[in-house]
Amino acid sequence: MSEIVMQIDGKEVKASDGMTVLQAARVAGIHIPTVCHHDKLEPFGGCRMCMVEVEVRGRKSYVVSCLYPVAPDLVVHTRSERVDKIRRVILEELLAHAPNSPELVALAAEYGADRDRFDKDPSFCILCGLCVRYCAEVKQKNAVDFIERGAQRAISFIPEIAAKECWDCQECFAICPTSYAQAAYFLTEALAFPGRRKSAMHGA
Amino acid sequence: MTRLQSAAELELLRAGILSARDAARPCIAVCTGAACNGLDSARVARAFEVEAGKMAPGAGIEVRATGCHGFCEKGPNVVVGPDDICYFEVTPDDVPEIIASALKGEVVERLVYKHPETGEKAVHMGEVPFYRHQTRLLIGDNIRIDPKRIEDYVAVGGYAALAKALFQMTPDQVVDEVKKASLRGRGGGGFPAGQKWETAKNAPGDEKYVIVNGHEGEPGAFMDRALFTGNPHKVLEGLIIGAYAIGSHRGFIYTRHDSPQLIEHIETALAQAEEYGLLGENILGSGFDFRVEVHFDVGIFVSGESSALMRSIEGQPPEPRPKYIRTSVAGIWDKPSNLNNVETWANVPQIISRGAEWYAGIGTERSKGTKLVSLSGNVVNSGVVEVPMGTPLRKIVYDMGGGIPGGKAAKAVHFGGPMGGSIPASLIDAPLDFDELAALGAPIGAGGLLVMDEDTDMVDVARYFLEFLTNESCGKCVPCREGMRQTLKVLTNITKGKGRDGDIGRLEDLNDVTGAACLCALGRTASDPLKSMLRYFKDEYELQIARGSQAAGNTAK
Ligand SMILES: Cc1cc2nc3c(=O)[nH]c(=O)nc-3n(C[C@H](O)[C@H](O)[C@H](O)COP(=O)(O)O)c2cc1C
Ligand code: SF4
Ligand code: FES
Repeated sequence: MSEIVMQIDGKEVKASDGMTVLQAARVAGIHIPTVCHHDKLEPFGGCRMCMVEVEVRGRKSYVVSCLYPVAPDLVVHTRSERVDKIRRVILEELLAHAPNSPELVALAAEYGADRDRFDKDPSFCILCGLCVRYCAEVKQKNAVDFIERGAQRAISFIPEIAAKECWDCQECFAICPTSYAQAAYFLTEALAFPGRRKSAMHGA
Repeated sequence: MTRLQSAAELELLRAGILSARDAARPCIAVCTGAACNGLDSARVARAFEVEAGKMAPGAGIEVRATGCHGFCEKGPNVVVGPDDICYFEVTPDDVPEIIASALKGEVVERLVYKHPETGEKAVHMGEVPFYRHQTRLLIGDNIRIDPKRIEDYVAVGGYAALAKALFQMTPDQVVDEVKKASLRGRGGGGFPAGQKWETAKNAPGDEKYVIVNGHEGEPGAFMDRALFTGNPHKVLEGLIIGAYAIGSHRGFIYTRHDSPQLIEHIETALAQAEEYGLLGENILGSGFDFRVEVHFDVGIFVSGESSALMRSIEGQPPEPRPKYIRTSVAGIWDKPSNLNNVETWANVPQIISRGAEWYAGIGTERSKGTKLVSLSGNVVNSGVVEVPMGTPLRKIVYDMGGGIPGGKAAKAVHFGGPMGGSIPASLIDAPLDFDELAALGAPIGAGGLLVMDEDTDMVDVARYFLEFLTNESCGKCVPCREGMRQTLKVLTNITKGKGRDGDIGRLEDLNDVTGAACLCALGRTASDPLKSMLRYFKDEYELQIARGSQAAGNTAK
């Protein structure tokens, strides 16, 4: 793999071909906020929190660093008025669903996001897809998936698979930024396969 | 049918078809396009066939069920050749009289066009105001063609451009010709087609694909269907020429699952082209092989977006991918894949047969050729029109469209559906030009032109488009899904008289971030209609918001 020299926030950064801007920044110790990113998972590009400004041959554009490939002589700015605004509005949009997510609240403080800016819709899930992708990519069980599209999109445990697989795993609970994954699982369990929990406790 | 082995055999076939026809014999074209079909033009067509069947062979009349003629407002449409007498709102009962008159060389006066105000009649196609001002290079052949008969297409010169490309030009010369013609994509972006072809051609790899985007999901757009259903071979010929230029041996037609007539015509066209050796192995004996498959959309708007469309062809859900690598380099199964719109492909044969210089002589400095526009909304004559690029919108709305019904004033014209924008009637002299209209905030998009009269509520228009897109977004990325959800809430509140202070700021922030941060162009352009509204009609928004916050203030007191 060939070595690439680029610039992030005025600092010369070395990266290798095939890396993303986010990876290169992390190696160089430069922090870029993310919500839907997880090191064990394929980049998703859904939350758009990791947006940065890049300059290619003098042309400025806004790209998600978790997907954007490094390139020689790339110039990256991880903070600017516009980048910060994008992050602030995205946070305000997410906080309408999950006003108390510790992760979001901390980011809101940093970017001056007002959690009361938009109409509340406390669905708690912010659809980052971490649970869905973790279950598919790492556990290869597909016990939880997206359903519907657009504004109706939601996550849902698939009872037939969840009844078999989830009890001994539950690993997605910890990576969920809002604790909705856990709530959704217990709701599915209560509705679709009640008794599982009791018998497990008996066995314990 | 035997497979044609050379360009000369194609010319022989053409000569044979033409000599078997009597050019002076009346030929009746009954429109069975979508709008006329909805008005039961199939019964009219059947009545013509029954009536013509009663006649002695030889004395006969030719009847042709064709694609859309264009003047949908006045369907069912019937055109009687060879002089192209136009009859409107024809019923099966009119048929015997039309045939009798045609045989005598007379005109059925009561069925011809009458100007709604002056009462002035127009008999021939070239005199009817709706048609008179058009330049119908692409759609004009529709009245001459039964889409299920390849011979009709060959009779009007079909596949001559393909023969020319295969035998007289190298692939590089074909790409050059399209570049010199400055053909720009008709599917929304106006991207230079020749440049895209060149990228795909030069991309590494032997396996390359060419694709027709026949999804046409934009509400209010119906010209791709009019063209593709009415003249499928024109699009197919363009595609084969493109495949030859790019070096592709496998093509895809991605089209609507919910349009049985379109599907039937496409499949028939492919089968007939194959039988004649215009598709498949060793096309026209040139040694060039090319096959085409048909794929259907899954009925959601975003599946017309290039990366989503390509995933759909791969058999995956049509979720857009970020395009940091262009699909012309890595598309379907990561192979170079050149996607163009139906109308873009349909332009190719004439560029090859008549030359780039001729083509570039039509239109403006940076927008060449003609453009199909579907005209709808508060306009007297809705339908499909084709005009040279550069035509002032006023001409489309008033000369062809016949102006605004009920003597009302125009308020705005909107281009590009839910991803386009509105401009006020004061700018109606703007030319139909990719760049000029984009600069005004009403990019041509696919070419759906919606006319709005003085009674239109501009907040509600933005709300309507956004509601459409909210249901069409795939929901993957936050600024699209959430940005639209919140924008829609604010707009709905305003229209219900519940606007609040700060709503304009909220809308502007949402617009700005949605426009910049979304993953695909659906989200990035979802805010365009509202942007144009806030540019030209902000006072209307402020007024409605003020009404809401006043009402809230009153109840608070
Ligand atoms: C949400 C969305 C929907 C689209 N739908 C269509 C469509 O229905 N037909 C089409 O030709 N292009 C559509 N496009 C544009 C395509 O992505 C692509 O740019 C086009 O097919 C390229 O062809 P052209 O260069 O010939 O215009 C759509 C784009 C987006 C973002
Ligand atoms: S912009 Fe909208 S349609 Fe496009 S990927 Fe994001 S959510 Fe899906
Ligand atoms: S971390 Fe890049 S889009 Fe979510």
